[in-house]
Amino acid sequence: MSYAIALSFLVAALAPTIVRFAGRASPWILAILPASIFAWFLSLTGRVREEGSIVQQITWVPGLDANLTFHLDGLSLLFALLVSGIGILIVLYGGGYLKGHPQLGRFYLFLLFFMGSMLGVVLASNVISLFVFWELTSFSSYGLIGFIHEKERSRAAALQALLVTSLGGLVMLVGLILLGSMGGSFELTQLTLQDSLSEHPFYVGALLLILAGAFTKSAQFPFHFWLPGAMEAPTPVSAYLHSATMVKAGVYLMARLNPALGDTTLWLYLVGGIGLVTMVVGAYLALAHTDLKKLLAYSTVMALGQLTMLIGLGTELAIQAMVVFLLVHALYKAALFMAAGSIDHETGTRDVRELGGLAGVMPLTFAASLVAALSMAGLPPLFGFVGKEIVYDATLSLDSGAALFTTFAVLANIAVVAVAGIVALRPFLGARRQTPKAPHEAPFTMWIGPALLGVGSVVFGLLPALVGPTFMVGAASAVLGEPQSFELALWHGFNLPLLLSAITVASGVILYLAWPRLRTGFGNFDRLFGEVPRLGYEWTLDALARVAAWQTRTIQNGSLRWYLFVIVAFFVALTGATLLFRGGIALPDTTGSVHIFEVIVAIICAGGALVVVLARSRVAALASLGITGYALALLFVMFSAPDLALTQLFIETLSVILLTLVVIYLPPLRRSEATPGRTRPVVRDAVVSALAGGLVTLLVWGVIANPLDMTIPEFYGENSYTQAHGRNIVNVILVDFRAIDTMGEILVLALAGIGVFTLMRLRANRARAPRVFAYRLAPEEERGLVPAERTDIAGPLPDDDEWEQDERGPNS
Amino acid sequence: MIVLSAAVVAIVFAAGTFLLLQRDLFRIVAGILTISNAATLFIIASGLSRGQAPILPLDSGPVSDPVSQALALTALVIGFAVAALLLVMVYRLYLSHHSLDAQAIQTSERRSAALQRREGDPYVEEVPEEEIDEDPGEAQEREVTTP
Repeated sequence: MSYAIALSFLVAALAPTIVRFAGRASPWILAILPASIFAWFLSLTGRVREEGSIVQQITWVPGLDANLTFHLDGLSLLFALLVSGIGILIVLYGGGYLKGHPQLGRFYLFLLFFMGSMLGVVLASNVISLFVFWELTSFSSYGLIGFIHEKERSRAAALQALLVTSLGGLVMLVGLILLGSMGGSFELTQLTLQDSLSEHPFYVGALLLILAGAFTKSAQFPFHFWLPGAMEAPTPVSAYLHSATMVKAGVYLMARLNPALGDTTLWLYLVGGIGLVTMVVGAYLALAHTDLKKLLAYSTVMALGQLTMLIGLGTELAIQAMVVFLLVHALYKAALFMAAGSIDHETGTRDVRELGGLAGVMPLTFAASLVAALSMAGLPPLFGFVGKEIVYDATLSLDSGAALFTTFAVLANIAVVAVAGIVALRPFLGARRQTPKAPHEAPFTMWIGPALLGVGSVVFGLLPALVGPTFMVGAASAVLGEPQSFELALWHGFNLPLLLSAITVASGVILYLAWPRLRTGFGNFDRLFGEVPRLGYEWTLDALARVAAWQTRTIQNGSLRWYLFVIVAFFVALTGATLLFRGGIALPDTTGSVHIFEVIVAIICAGGALVVVLARSRVAALASLGITGYALALLFVMFSAPDLALTQLFIETLSVILLTLVVIYLPPLRRSEATPGRTRPVVRDAVVSALAGGLVTLLVWGVIANPLDMTIPEFYGENSYTQAHGRNIVNVILVDFRAIDTMGEILVLALAGIGVFTLMRLRANRARAPRVFAYRLAPEEERGLVPAERTDIAGPLPDDDEWEQDERGPNS
Repeated sequence: MIVLSAAVVAIVFAAGTFLLLQRDLFRIVAGILTISNAATLFIIASGLSRGQAPILPLDSGPVSDPVSQALALTALVIGFAVAALLLVMVYRLYLSHHSLDAQAIQTSERRSAALQRREGDPYVEEVPEEEIDEDPGEAQEREVTTP
């Protein structure tokens, strides 16, 4: 199983190259991959039926219990066959649809990458690897929806689908981890064996989080808006990802977890209820649209809702109905999408109002979509009829709520009948309309897919035993967690489901005929249930951007002083709090003598620093800086650090020379006049500085209180002469033991030197400078600044912070 | 000695912090220099094992910690490099803005950013002298009236 997935990824990576060299033959070459995967899974059918499931384990991150475990049971097999089987047809169809497209290689890359990821989702047994594959499908869906990336609408739709599904996926991850901790295992095979999970205190939380992922992925109300948006994708993608496979990942997950999480009241109301709402809303939203793909997209929403509802109901019959309808839907929906794509491809439009009378020119496409539509409408002898009968049977046999669920199922299916007519009859029947392109029959690669799927609908309808015992029973057993046995039949005799079917079809036909007049009415319905969730999404995005902008304005307001203040304040607060709460405060050992000479040097050093603060001229400040530095050198001497003292002397001398050179060019230090009420920043700065100083004292004491580990100094002391032949240990450390550090230090010095040199030599080129730069050089206020009192030009700018405005006068 | 050196570190560090929070760029650089001095002293003072200088051959008795000295030495040199670069940047800033007031430079740059947004392309190949010398306020006012 891992080979099937790995091979998909490998071929996906090679696809652009294959397309480049194989040209027209590339669809056929690439179709070998899904075909062989399909054949391989088909060959495993017997084994799965006998053994129940096949497991393969590859250790990935054993420490986190994240393993690449794959297992194939009835449900996985059904999905794997759907993914690879429809994959064959889509690869061929895509070759015809995008024939000659310069980016065909990229299309195949994402498509096959998706196929591999989707196989991973349905085969993964470990929930963590399931999540990884899940997000990979979202990612490839992003690439495919935005395939025509020149169009802004495609990009927006791709982003919308990605955000909705991947955020849902992230929420789901939390739920899956909760589930893993509840069940004590991350393996689905283990989790589904447990039936006490629903009594666990985490049950509600885990369920809600996991369902958030499943509902977003499977476009359940109110997250359904992304699916119609995703119709911006090329039609092969819509047929594959957004009807037959990827959107069913959520359904798959719910079905998979049904034995573990299902069979509770919450599950029934939440899954069943949301499914019911989605089913009805989706079915009638479709009728508000005239775009073939939008019609199909909303009817897909309906189908996903119906599947979700059936899982929520959870009875044996409901699950049987679910697995049957899953196959029914995949067969007819992929076919209809491909047919719609062919119409679009041949005529240049997919608006049903502009289409008509195509039956004559596109007979094969018409035949295929007619069969698919009949299956969709649930007419005998097609497979869709079997599916609908069993759905009605399931809702009718509920212990409670049978009337409610059956009524809404019938209501939704009436709309589906009408939609089937709109997409498969209107474009082909009636009078020919003028279309942007003169239509021809679609090429072979484009009609073979719908035709084969149509044949499937007919054959499975006439002979449901072909799929019933092999695939349907296995899948239903996996979902229910216990072996099942049932048989599918086309004809059940005259009973209530048959009557309901008749009512459905009859009402559907009436709705279809009345649709042109009713369509505007459905528009209002669309505005409420289709537009509002989408607007909610857009509003959320906007709000997010606004919050981000506000946050950036507040935190990064451009004021250097504010940044420095925040840094210092955080240093004081965080370090101080840590010292306080972690008990790092220690009083120093006050014993030990202090020489009077040491006191004098210390006073000079500290005093020099204070004078820098108080200095009224730059020269005085730099002189006192020098005094501090030289006193520091003397202190180093007292600490028996001769090398340090020497270095400090050199550095300080150089610093003073450099400072002097710069100060010559600088204006005098401007002392501000004392203005009443404007002392706040000074006081604040003084308080923060005093706190910082006090904190440093505590830090020194705290460090000293800890015994110094002398093993490292002793190592250097012992080895510096024997190994490095040097007597000065500090020197040996710098140039020998830690020579690479020193080299880095030299590099820093060299870089700084280059920086200094460049900055000094660089001439401001006034002509090439920004215009405002030139304004600043204007003699306004002798300073060339854009004058402050011209507040008018700063109109739209955010006002400076209040405390900064306070200081506009003093210019310390 | 511990109390004494801790006090010196505290005062020098506090002075540096205060300088750092000022508006004058030169004082900010002075603050950075002062803080790096305090940091060096911090390393030496807290790595305190007072004794003879770590130069072989050693007599018996305590030895000053050579490791913290080596670290401090590195810090000193790097500090100097940083200070030199900062000083030159201050000098350049003064040349271009004719001011050392961080606040004024910031306000001015915000305004010029606003002007750039308003005027479109900020780069002009040739700015004639007249245009530079004209009162910028007036020109801007005219534009502001029709945003």
